[in-house]
Amino acid sequence: MAAFPYFPHTDQDVRAMLDRIGAGSLDDLYADVPRDVVFKGEYDLPDAMSEQEVRDYFDSLDRKDPRLKVFVGQGAYDHYTPAVVPYITSRSEFLTAYTPYQAEISQGTLRYIFEYQSMVCSLTGLDVSNASMYDGPTAAAEAVKMAPSCTKKKTRVLVSRTLLPNVIRTIETYSLYHGIELGYISAMEGTTCPHHMKEELAKGDVAGVIVPSVNRYGIIEDLSGFADAIHAEGGIFIEYCDPSALAVLKTPAEWGADIAVGDGQSLGIPLCFGGPYVGFMACRKEFLRKLPGRIVGQTTDTEGRRVYCLTLQAREQHIRREKATSNICSNESLMALFVTVYASLMGPAGLKEVNDRSCAGAHYLYEELLKTGKFEPVFDKPFLKEFVLKPLVDAEALQRKLAEGGFFAALPTEDGYVTFCVTEKRTKAETDALVALVKEA
Amino acid sequence: MRYYDRLIFELSKEGRVGYTLGKSSFGESGVASFVPSGLLRAEAPALPQVSEVDVVRHYTNLSQMNFGVDTGFYPLGSCTMKYNPKINEEIAGMPGFQGLHPLQSPSTVQGALQVYSEMEKALCSITGMAGFTFNPCAGAHGELTGLMIMRRYHMLRGDLQRTKVIVPDSAHGTNPASAAVCGLQVVVVKSKPDGLVDVNDLKPLLGDDIAGIMMTNPNTLGLFEKDIEEIASLVHGCGGLLYYDGANMNPLIGVVRPGDMGFDILHLNLHKSFSTPHGGGGPGSGPVGVCGKLLPYLPAPRVKYVDGAYSLDFGDERCAGRVSAFMGNFGVILRAYAYILMLGRQNVRLVGKYSTLAANYIKESLKDCYKLPIPSVCKHEFVFDGLLDDGSRKDGQGNVVREGATTLDVAKRLLDFGYHAPTIYFPLLFHQAIMIEPTESESLETLDGFIAVMKKIAAEAAEDPSILKSAPHNAPIARPDETTAARQPVLKYSDTIQS
Repeated sequence: MAAFPYFPHTDQDVRAMLDRIGAGSLDDLYADVPRDVVFKGEYDLPDAMSEQEVRDYFDSLDRKDPRLKVFVGQGAYDHYTPAVVPYITSRSEFLTAYTPYQAEISQGTLRYIFEYQSMVCSLTGLDVSNASMYDGPTAAAEAVKMAPSCTKKKTRVLVSRTLLPNVIRTIETYSLYHGIELGYISAMEGTTCPHHMKEELAKGDVAGVIVPSVNRYGIIEDLSGFADAIHAEGGIFIEYCDPSALAVLKTPAEWGADIAVGDGQSLGIPLCFGGPYVGFMACRKEFLRKLPGRIVGQTTDTEGRRVYCLTLQAREQHIRREKATSNICSNESLMALFVTVYASLMGPAGLKEVNDRSCAGAHYLYEELLKTGKFEPVFDKPFLKEFVLKPLVDAEALQRKLAEGGFFAALPTEDGYVTFCVTEKRTKAETDALVALVKEA
Repeated sequence: MRYYDRLIFELSKEGRVGYTLGKSSFGESGVASFVPSGLLRAEAPALPQVSEVDVVRHYTNLSQMNFGVDTGFYPLGSCTMKYNPKINEEIAGMPGFQGLHPLQSPSTVQGALQVYSEMEKALCSITGMAGFTFNPCAGAHGELTGLMIMRRYHMLRGDLQRTKVIVPDSAHGTNPASAAVCGLQVVVVKSKPDGLVDVNDLKPLLGDDIAGIMMTNPNTLGLFEKDIEEIASLVHGCGGLLYYDGANMNPLIGVVRPGDMGFDILHLNLHKSFSTPHGGGGPGSGPVGVCGKLLPYLPAPRVKYVDGAYSLDFGDERCAGRVSAFMGNFGVILRAYAYILMLGRQNVRLVGKYSTLAANYIKESLKDCYKLPIPSVCKHEFVFDGLLDDGSRKDGQGNVVREGATTLDVAKRLLDFGYHAPTIYFPLLFHQAIMIEPTESESLETLDGFIAVMKKIAAEAAEDPSILKSAPHNAPIARPDETTAARQPVLKYSDTIQS
């Protein structure tokens, strides 16, 4: 066997260790395994590659895909990542650490999670945040699962049809197996219909309602009156949010929401074909004991210094086992650091500027696309960086043509529209080039 | 490692920024020009206002209070803290992959889809399963997904009464929690004194209300469940399915395949067995593999290869559903695939054997100082039940005159010597459990160093446990007051200002 860099074993080392154990060979260590189940075949894997061969191979795969200018959002937003962010998150003390159970040698992780929780609370206006969830849709599904346990004798959760499709599907999957009955609130002119919600609430069995802040059509929903209507029927109000947009938009707390969830990806996490991202969840303090996942708290050590540790662990799976209401353990800690560093660099001014530019760019594109005569407007409601139009040309062919021209744009939606998004990364020149291609379609 | 006492918020000064955005090409209008004020927040969020230098120094200082695999040895049972190869990081950071939007049409992401497809083939070969989904983002997420597949299978066969799942008493805490979240009732099967599942205790539990059994093999005591074939045939015989918790897959890599033991569904932790960094608690990746008959139940979407091109398969009505936003943590999958290609079919055969060798070496070297409840050959990990002599002393009347050192004290003392603590107080079968898992990454010298320190700590305890009880002495902080943390929660910066 040729030496291999991840195995430090010399032949002499192996012999010395076997001798201490009193075993004749490595195979002897598996003497208790029934012969029938020991694998005797050949693994269908390539020959071991050198590091250079591995690098070249992935480089060839990486170069296979055209590098398109992204003009689509739908839950994954192409915001700029400052160089400091990956620089810090790739520090091995953060990257190669385990979950911070040993607080004495994990203060770095614990401190940034505490900062992350503080930032999520600032953005949402809510009282408490957990240490992170997998992604936005699973955070939404966990919030839906929380609702019946936060209310008395209510079982049904209402889901707005204006949520992103993948958020609705993930909620449906979790709820099907967990045994939560879902109801749906229809969309009216592109936003959650308050009348339909009130009709459903009047049935008296509603534990919670989940509604987006910015919805699948990019429209900023006006949630006036939602909290009162939901609370009057004893339900929990859950808002699904884009945290980057929350730097400027009315907060879940201001709308009267009890729980806020969403995907932290918009806070500078690269698209990376869908992950890793980071889900967030914040709530009012009344529901702290129902909050899933890990939570970091401040305390003192035996020498009186300000320190941090995992806290309120009695809620968690490793203590509660089959009585647990959530099974989450590993979450997306490093991605929480990612958004914490990003939000620190950007600050309130930077996040406002990101929103201002994205919003201006999106409205410019919206007007220019309508001028091409290839689309009709669908909704006349306020949007931030994302919008839909009704295509008057073949949508699939349009998307293909734009891709050939170097753009990912005009993604067809399930409703028969096409969706666009503009972030601060996109320039006017790129936008004009996109519009010029559309004109040819 | 040294103590550093600041929060980023405390470095904030009005007007400082850590970014540049350049000149806006769309003019000066912003959100306020397009969005009615009634939809906007009243005040800007209380985020820090800091310079780039502030940010870099602050987080560098924080990092220096942290221990990682690159700092030192991590004998953390059931966590498989192996070395995280650096080439993997470079590959995950390649600019093309980083820029791919998850909803791009398949024709524009053929390279990324090829990674999924080849990785699926590699994992099938290593595990003996027929196909995988990569959509779960962590091990527990994979467990939940696997149980959803189990339930979906029974539901669509009209076997609606199969609502119970059998879990051994030694199981990881996530097993019963995942079952409960999936709407299944947990039935516990006992272990025998030798630590293995008691087949006689299992038999009466089996019936037409059993959806399946969740097992990890080797189990959390590091013991190979050698009756696995009988267990598989019994569970299959009653119409149930076998779920394999891949948290303990490492010792089997290259030796035994779960598919060949009769398992129908499994999850793997790419952040354990396949070398991707743990990240201080994620991102992980928990791909779920199934046997042939369960392929249609895998969550959507999956990558398929037809007529020379990769595309997405959204399945049919049998599909268990959507379990995450897109197709899981692509960045983690890239790292794990790079690791597998480095291993190749030659080195893959040694991963399990070397991890098992290391665990048995430590076990045999320390059994004279620590209680070893189950002496048989272990796999990748094993459990001590505290110190043989914890230093407690009694007077002639049997009154305790000196408290002994506990497992917690041993763990905290280890930190002083530059080692991470083992997993403690788990599994629940023993009161003073110390669960040790080295991996194939560690050299003989590293293991010997750890053994010497564990012996020194045992000697210290016997002589005077107080040095253990007040440990750690050399860490950046001393033991935190966890009771106050839970009773008077301070969970965000603004709480600290008020208090």
